[in-house]
Amino acid sequence: MSLVFLIFIPILAALFIPLLFKRLGQIHTGWFVLLVPAALFLYYATRLPSVMEGGTYVSELSWIPSLDIAFVAYLDGLSLLFTLLITGIGALVVLYSIFYLDKHREQLHNFYVYLLIFMSAMLGVVQSDHLITLYLFWELTSISSFLLIAYWYTRDRSRFGALKSMMITVFGGLMMLGGFVLLSIMGGTYSIRELIAQAPELAQHDFFIWALVLVLLGAFTKSAQFPFYIWLPDAMEAPTPVSAYLHSATMVKAGIYLVARLTPVFALSEVWMWLVAGVGLFTMVWASFFALKQKDLKGILAFSTVSQLGLIMSLLGVAAAAYHVEGAADSYLKYAAFAAIFHLINHATFKGSLFMIAGIVDHETGTRDIRKLGGLMSLMPVSFTVALIGSLSMAGLPPFNGFLSKEMFLTAMLSLQEFNMFSMDVWWVLFPIIAWIGSVFTFIYSLYFVFHTFAGKHQPEELPKQAHEAPIGMLISPVFLAALVVLIFFIPNLIGDWLVKPAVAAIQPFLYDSPQNVDIHVSAWHGFNTELFMTLGIFAIGGLMFWTLRKWQHLYDLYPDAISLNRLYDEIMLLSDGGANRFSRIYMTGFIRSYLVYMFSFMTFIVLLTLFLNEAFQIDFSNLAPIGVYEIVILLALVGATLTILGAKSRLTAIIALGAVGYSVALLFVIFRAPDLALTQLVIETISVALFLLAFYHLPQISRKEERMKFRFGNALVALGVGVTMTLVALSAHSQKALPSISEFYKETVYSEAGGGNIVNVILVDYRGFDTLFEIAVLGIAGIGIITMIRLRLTKKEGQHENK
Amino acid sequence: MEIVMSVAIGLLFMAAVYLMLSKSLIRIIIGTGLLSHGAHLLLLTMGGLGGTAPPVVADGVSVSDYADPLPQALILTAIVISFAVTSFFLVLAYRAYQELGTDNMELLRGTEDYE
Repeated sequence: MSLVFLIFIPILAALFIPLLFKRLGQIHTGWFVLLVPAALFLYYATRLPSVMEGGTYVSELSWIPSLDIAFVAYLDGLSLLFTLLITGIGALVVLYSIFYLDKHREQLHNFYVYLLIFMSAMLGVVQSDHLITLYLFWELTSISSFLLIAYWYTRDRSRFGALKSMMITVFGGLMMLGGFVLLSIMGGTYSIRELIAQAPELAQHDFFIWALVLVLLGAFTKSAQFPFYIWLPDAMEAPTPVSAYLHSATMVKAGIYLVARLTPVFALSEVWMWLVAGVGLFTMVWASFFALKQKDLKGILAFSTVSQLGLIMSLLGVAAAAYHVEGAADSYLKYAAFAAIFHLINHATFKGSLFMIAGIVDHETGTRDIRKLGGLMSLMPVSFTVALIGSLSMAGLPPFNGFLSKEMFLTAMLSLQEFNMFSMDVWWVLFPIIAWIGSVFTFIYSLYFVFHTFAGKHQPEELPKQAHEAPIGMLISPVFLAALVVLIFFIPNLIGDWLVKPAVAAIQPFLYDSPQNVDIHVSAWHGFNTELFMTLGIFAIGGLMFWTLRKWQHLYDLYPDAISLNRLYDEIMLLSDGGANRFSRIYMTGFIRSYLVYMFSFMTFIVLLTLFLNEAFQIDFSNLAPIGVYEIVILLALVGATLTILGAKSRLTAIIALGAVGYSVALLFVIFRAPDLALTQLVIETISVALFLLAFYHLPQISRKEERMKFRFGNALVALGVGVTMTLVALSAHSQKALPSISEFYKETVYSEAGGGNIVNVILVDYRGFDTLFEIAVLGIAGIGIITMIRLRLTKKEGQHENK
Repeated sequence: MEIVMSVAIGLLFMAAVYLMLSKSLIRIIIGTGLLSHGAHLLLLTMGGLGGTAPPVVADGVSVSDYADPLPQALILTAIVISFAVTSFFLVLAYRAYQELGTDNMELLRGTEDYE
């Protein structure tokens, strides 16, 4: 099957979800949904062997050929890795959700439809080779994330969190679109592969730095990097399966993916390296520091996710260094890209299991407040074991996969000493130091998460529910992930060969022409080197600080909320919302007169400007029809009737004068040789006047006793402007014919082609038959509207109207 | 003739706009009526008022000096549409008056409590 269609399978499956939910409600809808990611995972897994050899797949589906926009699915090591994560973790999360969400109380059809839309969108992001469709899928992930965070839409916090994530990620997405457009202008193509091929030329372009910054804004907002991370903690209002899936394992890694994918394009730039590595590392240490401030289990995990994303981001920044060094493939600089991808996989396993455990604790005790929890170890032994494995892996302890990638992270940071460009020879030492500080805090919050939940004193009186172990079905997914955490520690090189190296080769195509050339071997023991001593330092200092946590944790409360980034976001939202509201109120007065004045003034202005710019103020005296007596008499009647309307005291006079104008127009039609028009006009005018009289003569009194219209200068000015403009338009239109009239064609062919004599009628019913059909439709709609209005009764209930 | 017509059209538009800017709903509707008359004459004038015969081919014999049929076809459509719109407006105004007791647009602004 063509790869590009596979992207759309989840979204197509979503079509059937409401039906399944309604018809087969007794079976949890999740079981049907589970088939989709599971089948996709198995299918994509079959592509692994050839991708491992360096093979790639391309499949294209044309979408808007005239704009050169197409869906292009491109499967190489990097996209296949993400695809497997999306479908694999997706399957586990759906399985978990079956037990997490009650089939009777929850709106499962909404949940799974959103989830499947997200799955398609995410597959689209990681497989698209076309920048515009990549952007499309990118925004679709933001939208589905919005819907999923607001799944419990009756809660204020959910809606707030959903809006916040949407605002920030869509802002980034729009910036990224700008970057993409600049890239396509520079390279003359939307294809990422083609852009990579011309990377050296792109780097010389004036737009290059703009494209770089804009694309990074997109990546940083999506991957919750400083200072945009603030949406992620609020997104934790989503159901836990969503947090585990979108806000930890997949969607937030879209930014990582984008940076990895575009590394070959941008890596030549110094700014790229400093921004990606610097922002990533700062995010890592900042978020790990503030994770200890959190009291909510999912809050801790949110900050930890931000921190770990920063870690991966900084590794990708360092990986860019390899582009500048001769023989980087043999130096220590080669480790950064490998460590980034390896840690990405490890993070998905341990953080996924930890989120699921947080959900289980919430589900079984009724709270996620870590101050109320404690001592659950004996009550929930399986959950505790899984949490312990996940946390210790996150802390970087053996024998868990986190230890391996954390070591390699330190190696990569230390490798910067081999790099002496971009003033790194002076500043490189900061990187390992900050990384080390971040790791110490990571160590502390990992222990904080697991031991303050499961160890210590049990406080049953604080818990809304009697705590007990989760049902077996809910434990399958976290136990499976925890098993992977341990397994990967023992077979890191298998994972390396199958998944990591193909992805690394995709990030650094200039370094390696095939995944086999990535010469990296992972081992738990490297002898006594700097990394090992750093790790031991982390354990010692981190352990000591965790031991004394209760003594210094209250220091966090000293941090004033007034200067936080969240406060900044709130202020900006208030300002833009209120400001926009105040601004609209200036001109949105609610009076129809104001709006008409705007419209007429702008119309006059635009038309006059166009006439002026095109030098169309001309009158052609050569081709005028002669002025006749009858015409003048009728025109005088018309003008007189018009003035009567303006000066009329009663409505009746005005209505009759309007009729007089109509009949004058009909007479003009007679004179100007338009018999059909004259007939129609006479009939219509008669009916109109009758209608007017019906509607208003027979109305109660006040409509009849009406004084003369007061003269208003402002209105008169606008009216005069419109009148003069129309005169000028009429003169100008008559005086110059830019194109020959199509009338000649009608005159010539009306008898031979259409077989009719009356040209006007033939145009209406034959040449422009569809126009007439729609005209009849308009009449019909107006008729239906009139009947509806006559039948309509405004039902005013007592007390509903404030004036009563 | 076209110049005289153009001035008359300008006058019609002026009166129409002036009426539409007033407070009374009935005047607004009369204004739209005048506006459509002005537009019809504008179409006619744009095409030129020359031509000595109505645009009807009698017995397949074509005369060279027909009035322009194209504006006429457009106007015919426009007349019908403007009739539909006018009658819709009228009933709307009538019903609004019946239900709300006023046809003053200043009083029909909707409630102020929408903040």
